[in-house]
Amino acid sequence: MRKIFVFVERVDGEAHPVSWELLGKARELANNLEESEVWAIVLGKECENVCKEAISRGADKVLYVKNDQLVEYVNYKYKKVLVDIVRKYEPEIFLIGATLEGRELAGMVATELETGLTADCTGLDILPDKKLLAMTRPTFGGNLMATIMCPEHRPQMATVRPGVMRELPPDPNRKGEVIVEEYSIPEMEKFIEILEAVPLSVKSNLAYAPVVVAGGKGVGGPEGFEKLRELANLLGGEIGASRAAVKAGWISDEYQVGQTGKTIHPVLYIACGISGAIQHVVGIKESEIIVAINTDENAPIFDVADIGIVGDLHAVVPAITSKLKAMKGEVRK
Amino acid sequence: MNVVVLIKQVPDTTNVRIDRKTNNLVREGVPSVINPDCMHALELAAQLKEKHNATVYVITMGPPQAINALKDAISFGLDEAVLLSDRAFAGADTLATTYTLYKGIKKIEEKIGKIDIVLAGRQAADGDTGQVGPGVATRLGYSLAAYVTSIEKIEKDEIILTRRLDRGYEKVRVKIPCVLTVTPELNEPRYASLPNLIRSLRYQPIVWNKDDINADPKKAGFFGSPTRVVNTNIPPARKGGDIISKNESPEIAAQKLLDELKKFESIRLIEGLRVLVGDKK
Repeated sequence: MRKIFVFVERVDGEAHPVSWELLGKARELANNLEESEVWAIVLGKECENVCKEAISRGADKVLYVKNDQLVEYVNYKYKKVLVDIVRKYEPEIFLIGATLEGRELAGMVATELETGLTADCTGLDILPDKKLLAMTRPTFGGNLMATIMCPEHRPQMATVRPGVMRELPPDPNRKGEVIVEEYSIPEMEKFIEILEAVPLSVKSNLAYAPVVVAGGKGVGGPEGFEKLRELANLLGGEIGASRAAVKAGWISDEYQVGQTGKTIHPVLYIACGISGAIQHVVGIKESEIIVAINTDENAPIFDVADIGIVGDLHAVVPAITSKLKAMKGEVRK
Repeated sequence: MNVVVLIKQVPDTTNVRIDRKTNNLVREGVPSVINPDCMHALELAAQLKEKHNATVYVITMGPPQAINALKDAISFGLDEAVLLSDRAFAGADTLATTYTLYKGIKKIEEKIGKIDIVLAGRQAADGDTGQVGPGVATRLGYSLAAYVTSIEKIEKDEIILTRRLDRGYEKVRVKIPCVLTVTPELNEPRYASLPNLIRSLRYQPIVWNKDDINADPKKAGFFGSPTRVVNTNIPPARKGGDIISKNESPEIAAQKLLDELKKFESIRLIEGLRVLVGDKK
């Protein structure tokens, strides 16, 4: 049996959404790769619910390394466990979410195993004739897509950008097996020790919002984002920002969209005062509908927008908000 | 205290353009710069030199032109710069890159003694992999703290610092020797002082080839790389629609937008827009 490993990243008792996206993708890969199965790798304790959900999301087997020392992500311990289980079970493919933790961990694990690792992939496929994993990733700030393979070394490792693959809806009737791995962590030097975890002061739902109203340089300052926030709230969405707005310090980098921020695919993306540099567009081009509002009619954002409005966002955005409010008021009457 | 900074010379990606007629990357005339994240590692190194009297070496792997990046790095007031350059290093993926850098660090160690801290930027602007720091840490058997945002204190055998993870920030104690990768949040890179600038202009970096660092050619460059780039292509441009309103009153522009949105079936998925299609829910 060819094993496709998916690392399930946990935040406390819950899996990071990218883990389910990866399971969905792994399921699709397994369907194209004869005699293969999808294994979810769960580290920690009291993760029974996560294991169960992994099966409902597409895993055939869950390898549950149950250990008190693995409750929190500590890079050198996680690396040791993953290296050891890869050596024991010899998977063909190993997928990890390209979160900050995932990228750090994958870089350590792949080096220790001396295998290839393709970072931050946005596409994965099986080449039917060679039974190899084709990993596609943007480079040069999103200007170029490169497809990469790892022909001889195993496992073929990739980190995958959150928000790109589509998760499967959970199916409680799916059958799978949870293997509880007896594993004791050897005595090791204490390389790194967590003293304090500081949660983010703002938490955005950017990657998963159906509507994103985003602002760039044209927003002009932190207060400008209030207008965008009002429209986003009315539409049940979230606000976003270009790198320029984040760099100017107008908004937290939690909201940054694009190559160095988040990749999103909302139903509706409204770009306000965003010029549309390629690094930004690469993060939004999978949106269903892109609307651009900009005073500069030559801004490159209009090349990709489905609907373009040349005008001042400070006037147009509030006008949209009030029109929608008025319409809703009428419906209620 | 001995410190090595890993840097990379990259094309200034903000200047890379696509010629849509030929569908090629236009790299001509695109200047090379020190990778932006690496600037913050250099700044930290300069501070370690000032406050902890560190001996700092800068190292990069690349073609002879990368000497320019090293000269610029020296303008931070650092001690020496090393270029690892050999045809055997070309075509390296991250695994082979970390091998060569590791061998280079070991060679520096022969000259100045045990390396306490290795610094790198979070990621390179052209590759964006962020894997070299973790890879080098693993090869050296050092502690690793990626994405450092602030440093509280540095003692003889440990560093207390804060780093960024997806879920938030994490204050950690890191054992020395260690590898740190740094984020732009950490500091503001300095402007070179005049004496340092003059020194950097005259400075000639040390150049080492595969024999100098005793590198196994089977582990370096193309032959040491497990991954192969099999295809590159320019992603198709998303086809945009029309500009529906140009410098009209905000009310007219807003109305036109809402009318236009009605033509998209998918807006039914947005609760806040169902009102447009007469859905009263």
